[in-house]
This record gives sequence, C-alpha cells and structure tokens, in this order.
Amino acid sequence: MSASIELPVLKHRDDAHPLYLDYSATTPVDPRVAAKMIPYLTENFGNPASRSHPYGWTAEEAVENAREEVAKLVGADPREIVWTSGATESNNLAIKGAAHFYAATKGKHIITIATEHKAVIDPVRELERQGFEATFLIPEPNGLVDIEKFKAAIRPDTVLASVMFVNNEIGVIQDIEAIGHICRANNVIFHVDAAQATGKVQINLEKLPVDLMSLSAHKTYGPKGIGALYVRRKPRVRIEAQIHGGGHERGMRSGTLATHQIAGMGEAFRIAREEMDTENERIRRLRDRLLQGLLEIEEVYVNGELEHRVPHNLNISFNYVEGESLIMAVKGIAVSSGSACTSASLEPSYVLRALGRSDELAHSSIRFSIGRFTTEADVDYTIELMKSKIGKLRELSPLWEMFQDGIDISKVQWAAH
Amino acid sequence: MNDTYLDHNATTALDRRVLDVMLPWLLEQAGNPTSRHTFGRTARNAIEHARTQVAEACGAHASQVIFTASGTESNNFAIKGISANLTHKRVLLSTIEHPCVARPAATLQAQGFAIERIDVDYNGKLNKAQLKTQLKKPAGLISVMLANNETGGIQDIAQIGELVKQAGALMHTDAVQGLGKLPLHFNSLNVHAMTISSHKVHGPQGAAALILDKRVDIQPLLHGGGQEKGLRSGTENIAAIVGFGMACELAMTNLAHFSSHTAALRDRLEQGLMQLNATRTSITIFGKTTARLPNTSFFAVDGIEGETLVMALDRAGFAVASGSACSSDSTEPSHVLLAMGVSEDLARGAIRVSFGTNNTLQQVDDFLATLTQEISRLKQLTSIAA
Repeated sequence: MSASIELPVLKHRDDAHPLYLDYSATTPVDPRVAAKMIPYLTENFGNPASRSHPYGWTAEEAVENAREEVAKLVGADPREIVWTSGATESNNLAIKGAAHFYAATKGKHIITIATEHKAVIDPVRELERQGFEATFLIPEPNGLVDIEKFKAAIRPDTVLASVMFVNNEIGVIQDIEAIGHICRANNVIFHVDAAQATGKVQINLEKLPVDLMSLSAHKTYGPKGIGALYVRRKPRVRIEAQIHGGGHERGMRSGTLATHQIAGMGEAFRIAREEMDTENERIRRLRDRLLQGLLEIEEVYVNGELEHRVPHNLNISFNYVEGESLIMAVKGIAVSSGSACTSASLEPSYVLRALGRSDELAHSSIRFSIGRFTTEADVDYTIELMKSKIGKLRELSPLWEMFQDGIDISKVQWAAH
Repeated sequence: MNDTYLDHNATTALDRRVLDVMLPWLLEQAGNPTSRHTFGRTARNAIEHARTQVAEACGAHASQVIFTASGTESNNFAIKGISANLTHKRVLLSTIEHPCVARPAATLQAQGFAIERIDVDYNGKLNKAQLKTQLKKPAGLISVMLANNETGGIQDIAQIGELVKQAGALMHTDAVQGLGKLPLHFNSLNVHAMTISSHKVHGPQGAAALILDKRVDIQPLLHGGGQEKGLRSGTENIAAIVGFGMACELAMTNLAHFSSHTAALRDRLEQGLMQLNATRTSITIFGKTTARLPNTSFFAVDGIEGETLVMALDRAGFAVASGSACSSDSTEPSHVLLAMGVSEDLARGAIRVSFGTNNTLQQVDDFLATLTQEISRLKQLTSIAA
C-alpha cells in the first residue's frame, strides 16, 4: 500500500536532486498525514485551550483523538501521553524533570550510554554541572549494552537511567525489557529515547518496564515540531515541569498546542501501527538487497550488529577511502555520515568511536537509511553508484595501493611533517 | 461552527498565503536542516529566509532571532535562561504578566531568587515611580509585557527599558500581543530580550521566537543537537518557521490597515456599548482612556457573569473570550483586572472582544444587537431567580 505512494522529490534526477536515503535524519511527511493536518490549518484553527466556543472544542477533540493514536502505538493509556515540541524537548523534560523531582529521595547519580543521541547526552551533562554524577556506559563493539555491566553500574544513589531504544546511527535495538527489569528491581527511574523506534519495533508499555519514553513525529512520517513524552501512571512517575505557564498538559508542559501538528502525529502513528508489519518486511528485503550488493565491494565493514537491528538502517565503513571525498563523490544519494544533528561538524562519529572503530573507519562511514518510499530500483541505483565511486576513489588512494601490495598499514611508521 | 470570530488575541486563522508557503514543506520537501546534503541545505536556506522576515517585522537583526516552539517557551527561556547567569538574584515583574512569564519566575524562588511585583494603575499602566524606587536596590532582570492580552493596554517599554538600563539590569518584554498590531522596533525598545509568536499573526501554531541582544549571557532551556547556535536544540519545525516568516512579512504589509480598520470596529463597538450603558445597563470598559491595541475591547456588564454571557453569545454565533484562553479553564476572575483594582464582582462580568482585519462593521452591529438581546434575557432570568 505504502510503496504505491510516490514522492518524486525523493527520487534521483541529477546530482542536484539526489535520491533520499536519510530516513533516520528525518522522514518526509506521508501525504495521508498532510491531508489530515491541512483542515486544522485552515477551517479548524481554534486554540484547544479555548473552552468557550466550538473553535476550541474542535481543536481539543482532534488533540485527544491524536493522543489516543499515539498511546495505541506504544501500548499506553492516552492519559500517559504529554505533548512536546519534539524528542529533544521530551528527552530534556524526562531527564531533567525526573532527576530534579527524585534527587532528594533517590540520589544524584545517573546512568546513560555513550552512544546516546546528543539530546540525551547534553541534558545529562547539564545535570552534571548542577552537581549530579553521571556514568556513560560504553557499549560492546556490536553496539549493544552488556546487561551485567549495566547492573554493575547501578549505585545506591542512582536516580535515573536513560537508554535509547534504537540507535540513530547504527540502528541497533537495545534489550529495553531486561534493562527495565534491572531498573525496577533497584528502584531506578528508567527513561527510553524511542525517537528512532516507533513504527520500526513493537512497543508495548503495558508490559515493558519503562517509566518515561520520548517519542518523535518526524522520524515516523509525521511533521517536525511535535513529539510526546510517555509518563507512566501505574506505578506513578513524577516529573518536574520544565516549561511553565497556562498549565497545559496537566501542568507538565505549558504552551499553546499546535493542533495541526498533533493531528499529524496521531495520523502518522495510526499508519505506523497499521502498516508496520508489512512495511518492515518490505524494508528488510530492500536492506538485505542493499547489503548484499555493497558486500561485493572489498574491505567494507558493517557498523553495529545486524541481528538486533531495525531493518531501516545500514551503516557501513568503506576502508581505504577518505571520508570527506567519499561524501563529495556520492552526491547522487542523500545520506548521512555520522548523525545528522551533528553532521555540520567534521568530527568522526562519537558513536562509532565508542564502538572501538578507528578514526579512519569512522570517517569513511555512511549511514544508509531507507524507508516507506524507497524502491528496489533506488537500492539498485545506490549499489551501482557505490561500486563505481568507491572503485574510483580507491584508484586514487595510495593507501589502497599499499593494501593491495599486502602492506599492513597499521604497522607503518609515518614521518611527521 | 461559529459565524463570527471575535477572539483574535487568543489565536488567529492561518492566512492562505502563509499556508501556500508552508505546504511544500509538508507535502514535498524532506530534509533535516542540519543535514549537509541538498535536502538539508534547502531546508536550512528556508529557515534563514524566515529568520530575516521575522527580524524585519520587529526591527531586529536576523542574528538576534532564536526560533522556539511557542511564546510560552520563549518566555520560559528568557526568564529562566537569563536568570541562570545573573549576579543579582532579584527579578521584577508587573502584576499583569501572562502566566507563562509569572510561573517560570515563581520557580526561581526555589533557587534563592527574590521575585517582586511592580503594580499597575486602574488603567493597567505600570507604576513607573514604584519601579524607580525598586530599582534603587540592585536587580537582575525586569519583565514587563508590551501589550496586555486581556485589556490590550500598551506599556511605554522604551521608557521602562531606559530606567532598567540605567539601573544596570536586564529587561525582557513579552510582545506576543504587539506583533502585527503596532510597530515594533526591538533595537530601539531598550530591551535585551523580546518574545513574539506566530499564531497571533495568522501564522501557524508551533513557531515563535525570542529576540535576543547577543551580549546577554543566556542558558538554554533545551540541550541537545545544538541548533539555533546552541541556544535551542531540537530539529527545526521548518513548515511552521517558514509560515511564521511569511506571516510576519504579511503582518508588516498589513499593519497600517490593521490599525485603522480594527480601531474603527472597536470604536463602533464601544460607541454601541456606551449607548447601552446610557439606557438601562451598566457597562464598564477597562483601560478605555489609556493607550491600547487598536483591536481589543475588554468590558464588563454589571450583574452578569462573563462566562454565562460568552456561552450565550457563542450559541448566537459569536466567538469571544471571558479571560485569556490559556487560563480559561479556571473560573477565577481575571488576575489582570484584580491587579488594576477592579472589584471581583465586576471582574467576573468581563468579556473580551478582539478583532481581526476580516471582521466587518456589519458584524459589529450584529454583535451589538445580539449582545443587547442576551443581556436583557439574562437580566430577566436573574430577576426571576432572585
């Protein structure tokens, strides 16, 4: 069904109009989502907090329907869903809100993972400045957290743990259930950044021992500028509000709600719930095809393990190719080298480095992320493009030549200049 | 759905021309503005264009515009973010601030801040003599709204800002109700930070800005990917930002017309109210003799609950407000009117009419006719009940 919808702008026409393969940075808005949003931009424009006229009531109804859809996708009660302006705000609200609320009773130690998104790492760093202590666990080389090491990191004063469901750069899925049970047993509040997980993995918060979960619309074919935080009711989890004002969202998050964006997120999550199974199967086939094609190139390394991983993501390092020239060479496809949110910097990905990848391999990595509108022809185009460009770049590379001659480059002593 | 929308200070309908520039960002364009590929760069350019449009509408430089998700967020950012780096932990606010200024300020008390109120007079004007006295002791931050959402009353921000500047403190103004209704020149207002919002000027909900003097040391509210020069992390809401930019440009073009047109409607309404007042009903118009937004009239009918009247008018096809939408959950009388020294009884009767350029004189006349009918009907009911 979804593959039948075509978005021409995502297709390769020439190098100024590349093929879109960056679905983990952001997804295009599904046309069905846009159709749902537009009426709330035009005829139904009321402020959902206006209680005295139907303009406000229509808006409020749309907001509550959307809340139900968002709750359904993750197996939550609608009353557990708090709207925010996006996953960054959700993460900030969850981490700072819970840490501040429980610091006095539980303590001031936080556990998180070195490969978290900046929107988790930076609020934790901010809490460190405020006198909290943080442990940044290094995951295994396959990207997954070792459960025993997690358990060992817990201290009597651990107040909060934050672990992402699906990594944005390498797509690996953490064992949230196991980590959650450890948190429960140790009375630690457990937050999960699920921005990259919705519509890709089954989430059932009725069973999953998670206290707070960040959700984003624009990674799941919804609009930008809207997200949500799941806040568990049973057992009740409390957070300190970060934005104060009119007392919207039961006091947890003030500010006029953008009705069209909320309606869009609701529709995006409804579609995700209904189409997830068939869509994931289709995307897995495309991913496998892409992987097989790329593995025909010599000296390529898949970053992160493949088994516990969303099918949408393929992160590959191309050895003996210089990172920047790689990006310049593959202009026919829009992909990411490192996380989009930090790709303005030329630092090698901190996620790949945390997995023990060398700077060179981290630099020459590409994240291919495929999605709802990717086709088999797109994948085939990508394989051919990569084969030819990698071949050309390596022809120019003295390192590649040395490698071909059987020289172990890691043992070469370079002269300083 | 209602026929006549008279609640433009709560929110405004999206302008079709704004929708037109937004739609490509919802329907066709993909791309995260932080991405380096062409999709990302196109998105980045669109945001920077909008930043210029917003800056021009409020007399600021584009580099002074920080995009946020709502006026509430901008106010929280200004109050909490500026306070975090203050030497003098003393914050002064007027008594008529919106809750999204007053409440974040209240949370500062837990961090050892002194929060003090600056009173207003019966017209809602800030008591500048009192402010001067208060400023004799070192203060960190002063926040006074530019135009009040309920009464429409306008403060002399440039003068107040000058006093604050002389005292060596920092000044923030919530100008959400001012944008598009009166000329705004950030760089001649003597303020360090100013809040504006999209959905009050026929732009979409979900975009707003804090205009900030770059010399001010501010702590971000949201930490993460480092967008907006590290001051506001989070993937930019492109469609809404692009819409906000266009709405600002249109508001600038439309400013003179807005001012004369809505003032004419408001004057017609208030003439009608005065006539009604002269006959058999006591009507009070708040802040009538002071500088007000041209589109706003805030009045009370003696002996009739504002909430009841609002519901009755709604059934008759007119959308008006009894207090600010953001707090209309509560049936408490308006804190703005109480701060102005209006009695609780009279304050409970308050209703707010706020016009937009699409409203017509005919609608005002129809509204007055309906209002007159409803008042006499409600009065009959009350006299029977009594």
